[in-house]
Amino acid sequence: MAEILVAMSGGVDSSVAAALLVDRGHTVVGVTLKLWGGESDSGCCSVSDVDDARRVAQQLGIDHHVFNFGDEFDRFVVDPYVADHQSGRTPNPCIECNRHIKFDKLFRRADALGFDRIATGHHARISTDDHGIRRIARGADAAKDQSYVLHMLDQTQLARLSFPVGDLAKDDVRRLAGELGLRTANKPDSQDVCFIHSQGGRQVFLGDRIPLRAARVVDGDGREVGSVDSIELVTYGQRKGLDLGGDAERRYVVDIDHGGATVTVGHQEELLVDHQTIDDLAWSHEPLPGEFLVQCSAHGRPQPAALVVGGDEDQLRWLDPQRRVAPGQAVVLYRGDDVVGGGTAGRHRPNR
Amino acid sequence: MTHYLDNAATTAIRPGALEVMVPLLVDGYGNPSGAHRMARSANRVIDEARETMADVLGSTPGHIVFTSGGTEADNLAIRGAVESGGVAVCSAIEHHAILDPVEYHGGRVVAVGPDGRIDLDRLADALDDRVAVVSVMAVNNETGIVQPIDEVVALTRERAPQALIHTDAVQALCWLDLAEVLADVDLISVSAHKFGGPKGVGALVVRDRASQLRPLLHGGGQERGRRGGTHNVAGIAAMAVAAAETVAERPIRVPAVAARRDRLADGIRAAVDGVIETGVVSTDRSIKTANMCHLCFEGIESEALLFLLEKHDVMASAASSCSSGAMEPSHVLSAMGFDRALAFGSLRLSLGYASTDDDVDAALAAVPPAVARLRARG
Repeated sequence: MAEILVAMSGGVDSSVAAALLVDRGHTVVGVTLKLWGGESDSGCCSVSDVDDARRVAQQLGIDHHVFNFGDEFDRFVVDPYVADHQSGRTPNPCIECNRHIKFDKLFRRADALGFDRIATGHHARISTDDHGIRRIARGADAAKDQSYVLHMLDQTQLARLSFPVGDLAKDDVRRLAGELGLRTANKPDSQDVCFIHSQGGRQVFLGDRIPLRAARVVDGDGREVGSVDSIELVTYGQRKGLDLGGDAERRYVVDIDHGGATVTVGHQEELLVDHQTIDDLAWSHEPLPGEFLVQCSAHGRPQPAALVVGGDEDQLRWLDPQRRVAPGQAVVLYRGDDVVGGGTAGRHRPNR
Repeated sequence: MTHYLDNAATTAIRPGALEVMVPLLVDGYGNPSGAHRMARSANRVIDEARETMADVLGSTPGHIVFTSGGTEADNLAIRGAVESGGVAVCSAIEHHAILDPVEYHGGRVVAVGPDGRIDLDRLADALDDRVAVVSVMAVNNETGIVQPIDEVVALTRERAPQALIHTDAVQALCWLDLAEVLADVDLISVSAHKFGGPKGVGALVVRDRASQLRPLLHGGGQERGRRGGTHNVAGIAAMAVAAAETVAERPIRVPAVAARRDRLADGIRAAVDGVIETGVVSTDRSIKTANMCHLCFEGIESEALLFLLEKHDVMASAASSCSSGAMEPSHVLSAMGFDRALAFGSLRLSLGYASTDDDVDAALAAVPPAVARLRARG
C-alpha cells in the first residue's frame, strides 16, 4: 500500500478520488492548494471550497493540509495569462496550472514530504502498453474527459500519478459521493477560470492589469462594419460582441491584427485552413511519425492530421480543412484514446 | 507521544483551573446577575476572580472587565477609545486583533526597527493632539520580542497627554510581571488560554484614566455597563485560578523554560546552516521572552517543514497560528525587513511551563534533518 497525496479541490471528483484510495487501503493525505488570494467566486480556492475539502477529509478519516502556492500561481499561471492576452494569444490557464503547479510544484513537495504518489480527481486514465510506456488516456465519461488538459505529463510523472475517478462516469462519481454522505455530492462542476470573477469576467480582470485597446472591425474588403472595446479579448471564430448591427448573415472573426488594432470578419469558410503550426511540441514518450487525431480545445472534436516535422517549425496537415486555432491554445495529439504528444498553436502567418 | 511546542498558540488547561470549572457547570450554574442564592453564589465566584485578576495585573477589582478573550479585549480598547473621536496609533507588529480595528478606524501604524521593537522616533512623529489611544503590545506573539513599554508611555504622556495607552499583554503573563511592567498603562488585554485557562475568556484592565471607554457590546448592564452579556462563570473562575498559579510559579518556571529554550535554539543553530534566530544578536536572547524560539530558514517553505515535524510528533507553527494557510508572509517579519522568501521559511517553537527536556530533544532530532531534506528535494 502506498502513501498518496490527493489534491482535493473541494469538488465532488477529488472527494471521491480520495474516498476510493482510502477504500483500497492506501495511506491517504488530502491537500487543498491555495492559489489565488484575489477576488473570485468560482474554481477551486475559495474559502468555502477549502472548508468542503477539509470536511470531506474529516469524514473519510484522513489528514487534510492547505498548501499556499500563491506565488508560483501568480508567476506561472496568472502573469502569463495576462501577457498572452496582451500579445494576442488565447491562453489556457488550466493547462499551465497543471504543468507548473499540480504536476511540478506539488510533485516536488510531495516528494520532499515522502509520498509515493499523487492523485487528483481528473477524468482521465493512464494506459500502459506492452513495453511499459504509460500514456494519458481519455476518461471513461467522454463528456467529462480531461485528457486534453493533462497532455504535458511525461513518463516520470505518469509513473507516480493516479486518477481514481477516471474509470467512472460522472453520475457514478456523484452517486458514490452521495452514498458516502459527502457534502460535495451535489456540488456543481466548476466551469470558468478559477481566478476570474463571474461578474466582471475577463474584461474587468484584464482591464485592471493591462490597458485594453479598442479596435475596428472590418470586412474582407476593408470596410468598417463594427468595433470592439478590447482587441485583447477577441478570438478566432468569435461572432458575438463585434457590434455588427442587424446583419442578416453570420460573420466570424477570421483575422486579428494586434499591431493595426483591426479585427477582420468573414464567412465561416474563411476560417478554414489546411495546416496548423505547433510550438513546443513535446511527446509523452518518443516522437511518433504519421497521422494523429488532433484536439485543439478542451471539448473540441478530434480531427485527423498528418505531422510534418522539419524546417523551422512543426506543422500539422489536416486531412480535411479545419477552423484555424487561436494562437496559444493547446494542440493535443492522440492515437486512439491515448495522448501521445502536444504543443501550442502557433501563428498562422509568422511574417505578420 | 506528542511534543507540543506551540504554547504561544494556546496552552493545555492547568489541572487546578479545570477542577473549578466542572462544579460551576454542573451545580453552581446560577446567573450571577440574578437575585436568588444560586445567583449570589455565582456572583461571589465572579467577585473573587475579579480580585485575583486585579492582584495579578496590578490593578483594582473595579478596573477588571471580563471579556470573551484577547480579541474582544483588544477590540474594546481600540474601538471603545476612538468611538467618541480621535485617532488610534499602534505598532506594525501588533496582533491583527489590534491592527485590523486600528486600520478599520483609519488609524496610524508605526514601523518597527530591524530588531523587532517599535521605532520610538516614528512613534514620536505619529503622536499629536488628535490621538485617542496608543496601543503597543508587551510581547510579540510571533517572535517573543519584548516591547519598550516604559519608553512608549513616557513618549505618549509627553507628546499626546490626552491619549490612552493600551497594551496587548496576551503573550506576556507567563513571562513578565505585568503588575510592574504595565503599571503606567491605562488598558491591558489578557487571554486565559495563553496561561493555562480555558479558551473563550479574557479580561481588559480599564484604569481610571480610561473610565470613559465606550462599550462594544450593549445590553444587560454587566461589568458596570462596559460589557453586556451573561458572565462565563466557570471560564472566569478558571482564568483566575490559572493566573494565580502561573504568577506563583513564575520565579521558578521562567529560568527553567529559558534554559530549555536556549538549548533548543543553540542546538538547531549548531546543526543547520542558513538560519536566522529572529531578533537575536549572537546568543543574547535578553530581548525575548523565555519561551520563544523563532527561526527563519533559507531555502525552505515552513508549511512543508511543519508537515515533516508533525510526522515526528512535533507540533509547531510557522508564524502565528491564525496565519496558517495565509497567502502572504507574516506581517511581523515583513515589518522587520525580512524578504519574502525568508519570511516564508519561518518556524516558531514556543515552550510552556509544561515543556520537558524530551520535547526539546524531539525538536532537536526532527528539525535539522527535515530542513536538510527540504533543501535537497523541495
